[in-house]
Amino acid sequence: MAAPLSVEVEFGGGAELLFDGVKKHQVTLPGQEEPWDIRSLLVWIKKNLLKERPELFIQGDSVRPGILVLVNDADWELLGELDYQLQDQDSVLFISTLHGG
Amino acid sequence: MCEMSEEYRESVPKGLPQPRLGIEDQKCVKCKEGLPVVVIRAGDAFCRDCFKALYIHKFRAMLGKNRLIFPGEKVLLAWSGGASSSSMVWQVLEGLSRDSAKRLRFVPGVVYVDEGAACGQSPENRAKTLAEVKLVLQTTGFPWHIVALEEVFSLPPSVLRFAAQEPAGTEGAYKAAVDSFLQQQHALGADGVERQSQHCSQDPHSHTGPPATAQTQALSRLFDSVKTLTAKEELLQTLRTHLILHVARNHGYSKVMTGDSCTRLAIKLMTSLALGRGAFLAWDTGFSDERHGDVVVVRPMREHTLKEVAFYNHLFAVPSICTPALDTKAPEKASIHRLMEAFILRLQAQFPSTISTVYRTSEKLIKAPRDGCAAGPRCLLCMCTLDVDTADSATAFGAQTSHLPQMQPPVAQAGAAAGPCCCAGMGGAPRCCRSCLCREDPRAQVMEQLCYGCRVNMKDLPSLEPLPPYILSEAQLRSQRATVEQEVREYLLGDSEDETRTGES
Repeated sequence: MAAPLSVEVEFGGGAELLFDGVKKHQVTLPGQEEPWDIRSLLVWIKKNLLKERPELFIQGDSVRPGILVLVNDADWELLGELDYQLQDQDSVLFISTLHGG
Repeated sequence: MCEMSEEYRESVPKGLPQPRLGIEDQKCVKCKEGLPVVVIRAGDAFCRDCFKALYIHKFRAMLGKNRLIFPGEKVLLAWSGGASSSSMVWQVLEGLSRDSAKRLRFVPGVVYVDEGAACGQSPENRAKTLAEVKLVLQTTGFPWHIVALEEVFSLPPSVLRFAAQEPAGTEGAYKAAVDSFLQQQHALGADGVERQSQHCSQDPHSHTGPPATAQTQALSRLFDSVKTLTAKEELLQTLRTHLILHVARNHGYSKVMTGDSCTRLAIKLMTSLALGRGAFLAWDTGFSDERHGDVVVVRPMREHTLKEVAFYNHLFAVPSICTPALDTKAPEKASIHRLMEAFILRLQAQFPSTISTVYRTSEKLIKAPRDGCAAGPRCLLCMCTLDVDTADSATAFGAQTSHLPQMQPPVAQAGAAAGPCCCAGMGGAPRCCRSCLCREDPRAQVMEQLCYGCRVNMKDLPSLEPLPPYILSEAQLRSQRATVEQEVREYLLGDSEDETRTGES
């Protein structure tokens, strides 16, 4: 049984346009059976934060290609991508590289 | 033998590869001691400092190896507010402030094009964005220019003309220029440096207030009349290029730097192929683009992937401004550009060498002119040498060009009397026919001066009337000139025939 987690979710590079323009969200993930990982975080975001056009942010069970994910200012590829287990006070940043030039 | 292969198979570990270890167990591949923060290419993890060094080195090496920018030259940085161009401006800023041995040696200015009208933004949003833009521009300390896209309606037709320039210096000339510049700097000492920085912060060119409502409406009308998003994006790019070129020519800039990244150029290459611009790939995606003659467009960011740019901007706090564009929130199949972007990025996710392969291919494209067409006519809009082959009417292009006069309704004017006699000779001289019948039709006038790619785009514009006046007037001028040239040529031919006859008799 995982305890509730408090994480900061941030959006940049144009991704915030899908979230009403709000860049930083301090969220509290409820306690649940399995530990929280990025995969389940994405599901949670899609259900609770994403205001419109989910296909522009999420593709399948991962993010759309072109969206970078940083956990505590480090590339998620170094941490196991979707399988990285979130810890309390983590900061997850989604940067869209597709917008602008 | 069979037993041996069975043994071998058993010794190979089964199952999926081990899950990646935590960050604590990995080390930077370059310095072998720092904690890695970013993965570039396929599996190379770099720490923060090595990543910064690599990023800056790429930028300097790209400028250094091409040796196109001479010391003291005025260079205009085209800044859109987006991540790549912001990164480029920041690199130039840092590069200019280094110690004198490795300092960048050109004189930069920044231009920002306000495209809010084309994207349907409200005046309040535009004003808010402009305030943020000004703030960022002031921190750079470079002379800056803010132009609204509406100013295309007051551009002169000369912006569409190729201005010949003496060819760039040889290797020796570049070295000589650098040496003499360094000597000058040394002689001037501290004064020279101060004078340069004074010039930068002293006189920023301020824009003259918001554009007239009539022009904004005209621009909105133009973009609303375009039927497809693909044609809109191409039109926007064309107008933006003309505007930046005009600013560069006005203020004496001989180079323009754009922030096209590796990812964007790979997407652009594939998109250009789909749009029928395959003949001009070398100019559209190469490091330097000399199609305008006196102003050369340079792409120093072409080796940086969008991932590197985004990471650098985040880690080192490079300011950028996100503005809604034409294709913001558009679905995947809304335009060819979006479709190709989705295709390439999705392919890249599974085959991480896709973008670098496309990039290497684009590096190999050469700008050799076609035989016999060294100084041919140029496209009215994109200013590339026309890929027209009037003798080859069997191609799709040739069929299109000879088909054009037949589409026009019969024009009951003085010129019509000459029409039928020209039509009779259509098989051999489509050009003559066009100039006679189409003189009165502005649409045909414009279309025949465009390259294949631009013609395909213009098809999505039902009427050419909302286009800015400089395009239409230049088209008319060129068409008239072509007619006069044709008439003079005919006269000369008739003359030489007389001569041979008198010679024989």
